Amino acid sequence: MNKCDKCSKQATVHLTEIQNGKTVIRHLCEQCAAQGDGLISKPHGHTPINQLLADFVNLHSGLPTKEGNATCEHCGMTWGDFRKDGLLGCEHDYELFERDLTPLVQRAHENATHHVGKVPRRASGGAGAAAAAAASSGAARKVAELTRLRKDLARAVEAEDYERAAKLRDQIKDAEGPTRADAK
Amino acid sequence: MNWKLNDLTTHAGEWLRGGGPMSDVVISSRVRLARNISGYPFLTKCNRHERQTLESKARHAILSSQLSPRLLYVDLEQAGELDRQFLVERHLISRPHKDAEGARGVAIGENETISIMVNEEDHLRLQVLRSGLQLEEAWEQINAIDDKLEAFLDFSFHPRFGYLTACPTNVGTGIRVSVMVHLPALKLTGEIEKVFRAARDLHLAVRGLYGEGTEATGDFYQISNQATLGKSEEEIVTEFRRQVIPKIVEYEHQARKQLLNDRTVALDDTVCRALGILRSARLIKSEETLFLLSHLRLGVNMGRVKDVDINKVNELFLLTRSAHLQKIAGRKMESDARRGRISSGRA
Repeated sequence: MNKCDKCSKQATVHLTEIQNGKTVIRHLCEQCAAQGDGLISKPHGHTPINQLLADFVNLHSGLPTKEGNATCEHCGMTWGDFRKDGLLGCEHDYELFERDLTPLVQRAHENATHHVGKVPRRASGGAGAAAAAAASSGAARKVAELTRLRKDLARAVEAEDYERAAKLRDQIKDAEGPTRADAK
Repeated sequence: MNWKLNDLTTHAGEWLRGGGPMSDVVISSRVRLARNISGYPFLTKCNRHERQTLESKARHAILSSQLSPRLLYVDLEQAGELDRQFLVERHLISRPHKDAEGARGVAIGENETISIMVNEEDHLRLQVLRSGLQLEEAWEQINAIDDKLEAFLDFSFHPRFGYLTACPTNVGTGIRVSVMVHLPALKLTGEIEKVFRAARDLHLAVRGLYGEGTEATGDFYQISNQATLGKSEEEIVTEFRRQVIPKIVEYEHQARKQLLNDRTVALDDTVCRALGILRSARLIKSEETLFLLSHLRLGVNMGRVKDVDINKVNELFLLTRSAHLQKIAGRKMESDARRGRISSGRA
């Protein structure tokens, strides 16, 4: 019967390791194995399969991360909401949760991370993706402002504050600018 | 514009006329684009007012864009259950769109080849549906529609993620290419699993007759792409047109040949029984009708039945569905055993 290499109690855990091509056999008692070099954390513990799955899902869905607590200022979406039904709340969520979304997006799209293909003419300016990026970042503030105004308008209408609603409607019209075809 | 929903009742849409390349196996080609209007929340986070605003903005853009010489816009919040079911059967709206609540609608144009769902999962879901294998044509048509709508609407777009959608599985191009195939011989020879496995290996989805979550009825399967990011629309369409679908058609043709060579009597028996029941039955459930029509279609396409017109069989797949029967009869029918009969043997 082997004794524990560390405390000379009866050894019940026997480890065989290959170190630098040499076989090293170690004998440990339960207590020492439990602490021992972080090799075996719980000799008797064993993780139920549902816990393993939950850990795996959490690990791969990026929780908990700092975005995990973030709430979208435009639509009120949280990462927890998204995980519940798999739908995002507004266009800004893609920026806010970008870090967490990326691995999910990659898995859903055969590892792709970037859009290839059609670009709206308004964004392209006729010069492809680089122009799209520039136009998009330039337009981002306008989009955010419009979202806020429209939210306010919706709130004003719900509250039957028609005076404020009329003002907001005019502000939205101004912000949308005269370039859209439907503003004619 | 003098076009009403009831005008669609008595015939099938252009896509079910049975024409187009490879139409003995490929029923239809569908391309859809998911789009959202920038500056508004996605529908998950819209309140009643925002939903209404979006619906009216989208309707205005659609009706102003001259997408089709004739365009019918159906307000689905106002439409009755039967009309909504009727539109599902014609593949013009999805089941979730039929069952949703609040402001929403659908625009239908060009002999039902075009449909635009407003306020489905995304603000706009554009669809082009054509008969047979016509994916490139469908893509060109939908691309042009998208361009026209873009003149009126700012679509949410991100330089890295592309067109932004409520569900990240649609992000990027927002394109879903979906081909409906009729694979009765592969089913009869028990080799259909091979197709499913091959499709899965290619990261394609295989669904039933009415899309997500529906059973494959009458041996109809919808094959569609899953990845929408990292490949251009043309790449996705071309891959389907040149590689995926011809391979599936080839498998089905081989299975048909095998049936004809090794099991001629059994094949004829299956086909003739189907025709017999369809001609003689007085009460029949719609699933049984689909199942029998599927075998009849196989027989007609293989030349085992001579006196039945394939176009009529194709139409009957649609006209025997429950909402269609009720619209044609002009009344609500209670039983699930509604009649679906080929009249007078000449079909």
